[in-house]
Amino acid sequence: MKTIEDLKRLREQVQSQTSVRQESSKQIIVGMGTCGIAAGAREVMSAILDEIAKRRLEDVMVRQTGCIGMCEKEVLIDVVLPGQPRITYGRVTATDIPKIIAEHVIHGHIVKELVVGKITE
Amino acid sequence: MRELSLHILDLVQNAIEAGANKVRLDIVEDMSEMDTLLIRVIDNGQGMDDDTCQKVIDPFVTSRTTRRVGLGLPLIDMSTKRCAGYLTIVSTPGSGTVVEALYKHSHWDRPPLGNIVETVKSIIIAHPELNFSYSHTVEKNVFSMVTQELTEILGNISLTQPDVLIWLHEYLTQNIMNLYNSRNLYGGVQDENN
Repeated sequence: MKTIEDLKRLREQVQSQTSVRQESSKQIIVGMGTCGIAAGAREVMSAILDEIAKRRLEDVMVRQTGCIGMCEKEVLIDVVLPGQPRITYGRVTATDIPKIIAEHVIHGHIVKELVVGKITE
Repeated sequence: MRELSLHILDLVQNAIEAGANKVRLDIVEDMSEMDTLLIRVIDNGQGMDDDTCQKVIDPFVTSRTTRRVGLGLPLIDMSTKRCAGYLTIVSTPGSGTVVEALYKHSHWDRPPLGNIVETVKSIIIAHPELNFSYSHTVEKNVFSMVTQELTEILGNISLTQPDVLIWLHEYLTQNIMNLYNSRNLYGGVQDENN
């Protein structure tokens, strides 16, 4: 049975491993308006979190946002890497997540066939 | 929506979009005496005036600027009514909103609560700065937690740190399973699209 005490021990452990926290610069944002949720955004979110745990990614932040008006293209996720344009992927399913994480988030190669938009910031 | 836990995600997203930094989620399941399942979301967002409150269950009213149709609350309203329940919205402009969805627990048409673990996990991880509290009662068993308790322990360690993610998943899964005395009563589909 996992307890809050386990979390405290975990913190000690993690802190001793990584002395300085890497500033989370990579961001994944999942669209979670009614439209996103109905299209399966929660499953996509779970897949992202599973992948982060599996691949032991220490520098990825996951956020959610509401409806951005492209409901027909949900599930929408944005990947923001430092110094690069923000890439929006559309009609994403949980099975696309390992690919997006491996190719884009880790190696910086955009998964072109799923892209619906690019915002240069 | 096939699962009540997806409606819950939607309600919390509404609260956040209303500018709330504090959200409380209560789920109360009473199978024996009242035969009810209650979902309550309390936020300290900007609130709505009486007029707006009455109109939000109309699908053609929404605060969104991206589209003119909002389906979140109308869908919940519809699902409660189908299950001998109701949806109430009490709001005070400037101080927040209380949304309550009540279902007859044993109603044939009541959607399963579904994967509440993933719903709560998504909320906590995607909004670490949100003062979120979750309390779930099944008969006499209660589980409650607050995000702040976790973030205070973690200090500068992120909630998406891999070991923390795994801990959180197991912590929620075990505690929620315990509510049902380890029977998988909450059921629900694995994949929303199939």
